[in-house]
Amino acid sequence: MSLDQDQIKHIARLARIELSPGETGPTLDKLNGVFALIEQMQAVDTTGVEPMSHPQDVSQRLRQDAVSETDRHEAFQRIAPQTEAGLYLVPRVIE
Amino acid sequence: MSRSDWEVVIGLEVHAQLNTASKIFSGASTAFGAEPNAQASAVDIALPGVLPVLNKGAVERAIRFGLAIGAHVAPKSVFARKNYFYPDLPKGYQISQFELPVVQGGAITIRVGEGDKAYEKRVQLTRAHLEEDAGKSLHEDFHGMSGIDLNRAGTPLLEIVSEPDMSSSAEAVAYARNLHALVRWIDICDGNMQEGSFRCDANVSVRRPGGPLGTRREIKNLNSFRFLQQAIDYEIQWQIETLEDGGRIQQATVLFDPDSGETRMMRSKEDAHDYRYFPDPDLLPLVIDEAWIKRVRDEMPELPEAMKTRFVTEFGLSTYDATTLTASKEMATFYQATVNAAGATLAKPCANWVMGDLAARLNKAEIELDASPVSASQLAGLVARIGDNTISNNIARKVFEALWNGECATADEVIEKQGLKQVTDSGAIEAIIDEVLAANQKSVEEFRSGKEKAFNALVGQVMKASRGKANPTQVNDLLKRKLAG
Repeated sequence: MSLDQDQIKHIARLARIELSPGETGPTLDKLNGVFALIEQMQAVDTTGVEPMSHPQDVSQRLRQDAVSETDRHEAFQRIAPQTEAGLYLVPRVIE
Repeated sequence: MSRSDWEVVIGLEVHAQLNTASKIFSGASTAFGAEPNAQASAVDIALPGVLPVLNKGAVERAIRFGLAIGAHVAPKSVFARKNYFYPDLPKGYQISQFELPVVQGGAITIRVGEGDKAYEKRVQLTRAHLEEDAGKSLHEDFHGMSGIDLNRAGTPLLEIVSEPDMSSSAEAVAYARNLHALVRWIDICDGNMQEGSFRCDANVSVRRPGGPLGTRREIKNLNSFRFLQQAIDYEIQWQIETLEDGGRIQQATVLFDPDSGETRMMRSKEDAHDYRYFPDPDLLPLVIDEAWIKRVRDEMPELPEAMKTRFVTEFGLSTYDATTLTASKEMATFYQATVNAAGATLAKPCANWVMGDLAARLNKAEIELDASPVSASQLAGLVARIGDNTISNNIARKVFEALWNGECATADEVIEKQGLKQVTDSGAIEAIIDEVLAANQKSVEEFRSGKEKAFNALVGQVMKASRGKANPTQVNDLLKRKLAG
């Protein structure tokens, strides 16, 4: 499988990455290179092997349900470009 | 055109906020109504380098739900990233479950309609999975910008997905109500719809009977049962009219506007999100062993269906009464406590009082059952005194009022203080009857000349003279005998 120019543009839009017309070609080549790697791996016979969702074969550690965090929004908001009344301000979004 | 030419297909997705103290992947509080961002930790606002750690309490609630609906609780489930960009989702993805959800399958029985037209239906569930909630965007004018509050980000949700088994808005509402009662019953969600703790999305399509499935539209974020009903009814009507006018339905996400009662398009399929799910490398597979499931099962309360059946078989209640009494956990608990105190032989009068006078009085005063001024043991004391003929039903209402107003602590105290004990001494009742007959010769003559109504007037006079305390059955018998004699 390999990607075409339109798919590259679509993926870039979903990932909010701006690609100039000159960049689509090289990006397409790079991603298709990755696909070639995947194709090699898919050639391996994995019959009877249960798919793993994580490279480590261990299970998730769980936390007790208890509140351990305090209000640190003032410290966190010191690096925010704009805040007001405790809110982060962002360019207006209306769907 | 006619609705009967079309078949309606509805599936529901419900987001139930789990009532944990802390968030699903961080130790921040989930309490509602805090100052903006006061409960958004480094994990919730997605600072670089932080790692999510799963909350055991959230998993346990998912297990409880799975057991309650007879589902398969997956021994191994996986968290995945659902990728999309929105300012109230700071990581750029929501942690959810995709291929391997924690709860798989299951079903619930819904009751639809009332009276003779009432029927039961089994609704299958597809799955229920754990995920995190997003923050909130405030679009009021902040100098042309939007304000972001991330307190809700990371709040644990159980997304409960049904099969498309419902075929009317009434069935969809019955299903949502049943689910709402269940999550509160097993204490995994507070069910507060105004605060968004229980939100419904409805997938609606129509088709010709027996024909292929129609294209569905998804109505998002319905936060009341009334809106759910209105939105689905409007959507069904709109789809049928569109199709009958020769139009086509396009797959879309729509919003319901409660003011206009209409649904409107939010986004069409063309710009629908392409979520690119993949397993979250920050989280290992969630393993739930048999021992944990058993522990949760042992701690489960008796479920509404089981309790309903028991009320019918053990207490001899009608199915209708048993259904009403198990409609909420508060009601069922209160009723069970009343019967425990009054004794199982009085189960039926206990049911009548809980569903009748008590419910009516609470309704009138706009008080919830768990704040009832009359406790279960007080009500049981009252029912017991009717049961042993100390007071009549009419006098019992007076006693109930006194208990409601907090005048006395027990029914016995009210009866004693107000001298309400029923008179069952036939000598005393006869003496009252004699007085009444002497003073009401006109009614006596009317009765003897064949006017049956005059008898009731005399009974009324005797009851009045006894200040309601004479045993009504005895009054009837003795009066009949006197008049005949």
